[in-house]
Amino acid sequence: MAEKIFAGVSVTVTDEGYLTIPSQWTKEIAIEIAKEEGLTLTDKHFAVIEYLRERVLKGEALTIRSIGKSGVVDTKGFYELFPGAPLKKATKIAGVAKPVSCV
Amino acid sequence: MNKIVILGAGTGGTIMANRLYKSLSKKDWEITIIDNDPIHYYQPGFLFIPFGTYKKKDVLKPKADFIPKGVKFVLNKIDRIDPKTNNVFLDGGDVISYDYLIITTGTHIKPDETPGLMDSLWRKKIFDFYTLEGSLALHEFFKTWQGGTLVSSIAEMPFKCPVAPLEFVFLADEYFTKRGIRDKVKIIYTTPLSGAFTKPKCTLVLGDLLKEKNIEVVTDFYIERIDNDTQTIHSFDGREVKFDVLSFVPVNMGADFISKSGLGDDLNYIPTNKFTLQSEQFENIFILGDTSNIPTSKAGAVVHFASEILTENMLSIFKGETPKAQFDGHANCFIETGFGKAALIDFNYDVEPLRGAFPIPILGPMKLLKPTRINHFGKLAFRWIYWNILLKGRDLPVSTNMSMKGKIVD
Ligand SMILES: Cc1cc2nc3c(=O)[nH]c(=O)nc-3n(C[C@H](O)[C@H](O)[C@H](O)COP(=O)(O)OP(=O)(O)OC[C@H]3O[C@@H](n4cnc5c(N)ncnc54)[C@H](O)[C@@H]3O)c2cc1C
Repeated sequence: MAEKIFAGVSVTVTDEGYLTIPSQWTKEIAIEIAKEEGLTLTDKHFAVIEYLRERVLKGEALTIRSIGKSGVVDTKGFYELFPGAPLKKATKIAGVAKPVSCV
Repeated sequence: MNKIVILGAGTGGTIMANRLYKSLSKKDWEITIIDNDPIHYYQPGFLFIPFGTYKKKDVLKPKADFIPKGVKFVLNKIDRIDPKTNNVFLDGGDVISYDYLIITTGTHIKPDETPGLMDSLWRKKIFDFYTLEGSLALHEFFKTWQGGTLVSSIAEMPFKCPVAPLEFVFLADEYFTKRGIRDKVKIIYTTPLSGAFTKPKCTLVLGDLLKEKNIEVVTDFYIERIDNDTQTIHSFDGREVKFDVLSFVPVNMGADFISKSGLGDDLNYIPTNKFTLQSEQFENIFILGDTSNIPTSKAGAVVHFASEILTENMLSIFKGETPKAQFDGHANCFIETGFGKAALIDFNYDVEPLRGAFPIPILGPMKLLKPTRINHFGKLAFRWIYWNILLKGRDLPVSTNMSMKGKIVD
């Protein structure tokens, strides 16, 4: 657990840089985290990010599969928006916990 | 008369039929169990069939042999349930009503979810070992194969017995070594995970073993499609792996009637209270085994431990009490590592697999997270235990919830 300043605001993050309090998140913070990941956010990114936040705040678990079938973005598109490890990157930028595959 | 209906007569359903039948008065309770398949498969045995260790006859028995005579066994397919009116609808139109329902219909492979998987090479050069037909077909292929690239892949998380594809490559390493052609066989393991397994300590141990056995691991490989003409699997991020033979764990999903009844998530797993094993939606519905969404391994051993908790909770509810027993997600899995050895992992919702001795501190006789011969005998003995103790709802000499005894915390 550590404090980190994003867009002039201090937030708490895990060792891997995930926000621990999703309500501390703002769009400005997202833009800065994305920069660290080498990404420039577009409206398409934000559409996905907002969808992810909505689902996590409802207590749902995220999987690439369910995101790919959501109608917000397909799996291919999700990989294009957040190359490499889309779920890990997108959740980090969306200010929610890193999804665990627990089994 | 109170009616309990059990959906699915696999591992979980059979255990519950036995436990409840023993615990309840015959004159007040009627128990019905429904399954569309008269054969009980010992699924852990499928892993050994490609290598000729087990034959077809070693993994099959009639379901009816394991269901108490006083329990009504209905052989039919479940079409849907209506949880508001407490009715189960079967193929052909029969309706069965219940007061309490247990859903234990497991999880099954869905090869049609992966583009290209069921094209021209299906069961010719592309196999699964999650069905009897698949593992038998792979055995036929292996018998005459002279070498090339063997790729073992996983389509999607979660899937039942998450260690099975790892065991598969370890056993393949042994099999081709013994046939004297290991130098002609390249073994590649692809996974959508970032490491060999989901739990960190276990991933380290298994990662070392894979390296030692010269098995190449490709991580974060989330499969988009399979090209049968070029014999390549393609990931969503544009990587390719070529194969001469592909052993594939297809997408696993719960039964279709679950989505039809509006009960499941996108993989037809049912939201379940992970402590009490009650459905999150309906108080008189209980979920056991692979079809629940509880965050632990989908494995027979888990089903066994969970069944003890579920029985206790159902009996409390029948007495008008609130369910008190809490499941901790206890899983206990042998991992075959080849050449007559196996590793053992013991964990729960909160504690990842640790090193140590099991079930008795220091003495063991089994060792956790370390390949030993005695663990391998444990795995082989599991088949006898499965048919003779587990299915019959008898207790094993192992604690239901996980014990920290013998575990080394570092
Ligand atoms: C290759 C392999 C290796 C494995 N190795 C191990 C191991 O080493 N250790 C371990 O603990 N576990 C292992 N497992 C996992 C274990 O077999 C399962 O976790 C366990 O059987 C799950 O029990 P269940 O009752 O949830 O489902 P199942 O035992 O699969 O039973 C589900 C039942 O529901 C029935 N059914 C489904 N849909 C319908 C319908 N619509 N109508 C009527 N009936 C229906 C099916 O016919 C089936 O009989 C392995 C599995 C596989 C495939």
